[in-house]
Amino acid sequence: MPSIVELEKVASQVRRDIVRMVHAVNSGHPGGSLGCTDYLVALYFEIMNHQPKPFDMDGKNQDVFFLSNGHISPVFYSVLARSGYFPVAELATFRKLNSRLQGHPTTHEGLEGVRMASGSLGQGLSNAIGAALTKKLNGDKSTVFSLHGDGELQEGQIWEAAMYAAHNKVDNLISCIDYNQQQIDGSTDEVLSLGDLAGKWHAFGWDVLHMNGNNMQNIIETVNKAKTHLGKGKPVMIIMKTEMGNGVDFMMGSHKWHGVAPNDEQLATALGQLEETLGDY
Amino acid sequence: MKKYTYTEKKDTRSGFGDGLTELGRENPNVVALCADLTGSLKMNQFEKENPDRFFQVGIAEANMIGIAAGMTIGGKIPFTGTFANFSTGRVYDQIRQAVAYSGKNVKICASHAGLTLGEDGATHQILEDIGLMKMLPGMTVINPCDYNQTKAATKAIANHDGPVYLRFGRPAVPVFMNEPFEIGKAIVLNEGTDVTIFATGHLVWEAIQAGEQLEAKGISAEIINIHTIKPLDEEAVLKSANKTKCIVTAEEHMMNGGLGDSIAQLISINNPMPIEYVAVNDSFGESGTPAQLMEKYGLNAESIVKAVEKVMKRK
Repeated sequence: MPSIVELEKVASQVRRDIVRMVHAVNSGHPGGSLGCTDYLVALYFEIMNHQPKPFDMDGKNQDVFFLSNGHISPVFYSVLARSGYFPVAELATFRKLNSRLQGHPTTHEGLEGVRMASGSLGQGLSNAIGAALTKKLNGDKSTVFSLHGDGELQEGQIWEAAMYAAHNKVDNLISCIDYNQQQIDGSTDEVLSLGDLAGKWHAFGWDVLHMNGNNMQNIIETVNKAKTHLGKGKPVMIIMKTEMGNGVDFMMGSHKWHGVAPNDEQLATALGQLEETLGDY
Repeated sequence: MKKYTYTEKKDTRSGFGDGLTELGRENPNVVALCADLTGSLKMNQFEKENPDRFFQVGIAEANMIGIAAGMTIGGKIPFTGTFANFSTGRVYDQIRQAVAYSGKNVKICASHAGLTLGEDGATHQILEDIGLMKMLPGMTVINPCDYNQTKAATKAIANHDGPVYLRFGRPAVPVFMNEPFEIGKAIVLNEGTDVTIFATGHLVWEAIQAGEQLEAKGISAEIINIHTIKPLDEEAVLKSANKTKCIVTAEEHMMNGGLGDSIAQLISINNPMPIEYVAVNDSFGESGTPAQLMEKYGLNAESIVKAVEKVMKRK
């Protein structure tokens, strides 16, 4: 079991990968990727029981993860590569022609670790519920995880899925909201307020937990606590407070870095703040 | 003209329901999802026999498609059931991203397609669904013609690995089809020499009626049932067209995007020749009985006969 310090070192490398990937093609979404780095590192390097090789699309007897907010593909790709799903060198192909690392994640190019295309928002919770139902039918005791943007909650399908999961006691599912309160056109409060987010999920019949998504210790403690809620007749939602752009000072806390790549100078500044721990690709 | 007779009329949706029931008994991986239309889709018996494999999702079709896509992960074969309008137009993006682009083994089963839904009117009478579905890469599109063919198609698609759109309807129509069903394989119902009528769905029986009327007028019509619109049986279409040198297509769908559109594309590339279309031309439907609507919108044997006479003059 890796220590907190070791996980933080992985996260530092993943953040380097993210800014280098988006810089290389001058496109992609660094802000949300950096904000969710600690959570994905915690999931893939500590929390989930999963087998990168050989990759099994069916994920039988493994925990499986669905990224609903597919635009944070840089963090997803880096974490998948760094945990052994595909060669780290392939990160250099991100968003380039003939790459398996499409702008938004897809199964279409056969990239190991991706089980569902995402990008058009609001769909991943339904997909995760489906996988969770199949695990129950198969007598598979492992867990389904999903991650959602907070802006994405403005999509109606999320609430169809929320109602379904509670009504049908989908209690082998731990979902998580990246609560950074930012979206493309501004803060969520400016664009379309989420209101009492915890209250909404409570009212829809979910167990709700809170955590600091940029604190490794707190993430592991909270997700482990969430696991103790499984099998009790309720789906579990973790509202994860994060800082968009976390780890790179000039990107933090603003929606401006949602979908903008750093220039050469900004990249150098960012890399100066992120220790190279596992070796750049 | 080969004789086709029937002893009873049944709805094609019952063919789906009965096929699904048999699948429930034969294949433990088959699961079914429905958006509050279990009775209309004839899914009750499957639900009764397999309560653990039946998923009532409520009036939430987007969620239904998303759940179905997710259920394939782990080896289930989901059949979703709702009206054709809510099976396609309402959930196009969900099908596009989570089913077609993700290559998931989901069977989208759609009842009450076309005008023959009847009195509910245009909000429910989708005439664009074949077009929407056939444009998606990798999607198989099937529109069977009677109870027997719908039941056979329902069973066949469970053994086909990949996304499928299966379209059927509400009214009781003659049960006449005894030919074996194979996905993508056209069925020659009558061999002829003067014209080929390619028909799908409810219009197949009308094409047979038209063939008899044409025979009385001394016209020899080849009648081919295209139940699988995608992938189209190109070999069968070209073989017949090259023989008869003119074509009529017949379908309960919009002219744009339907069977006729697929045939025209194939013919224009390979061997251009006159084609006439029995289909709805850029119009919504309306309330009425199925028979009234099919007559008003020109989707019956008489319309096919007129189209044949017209296309033969263009030879």
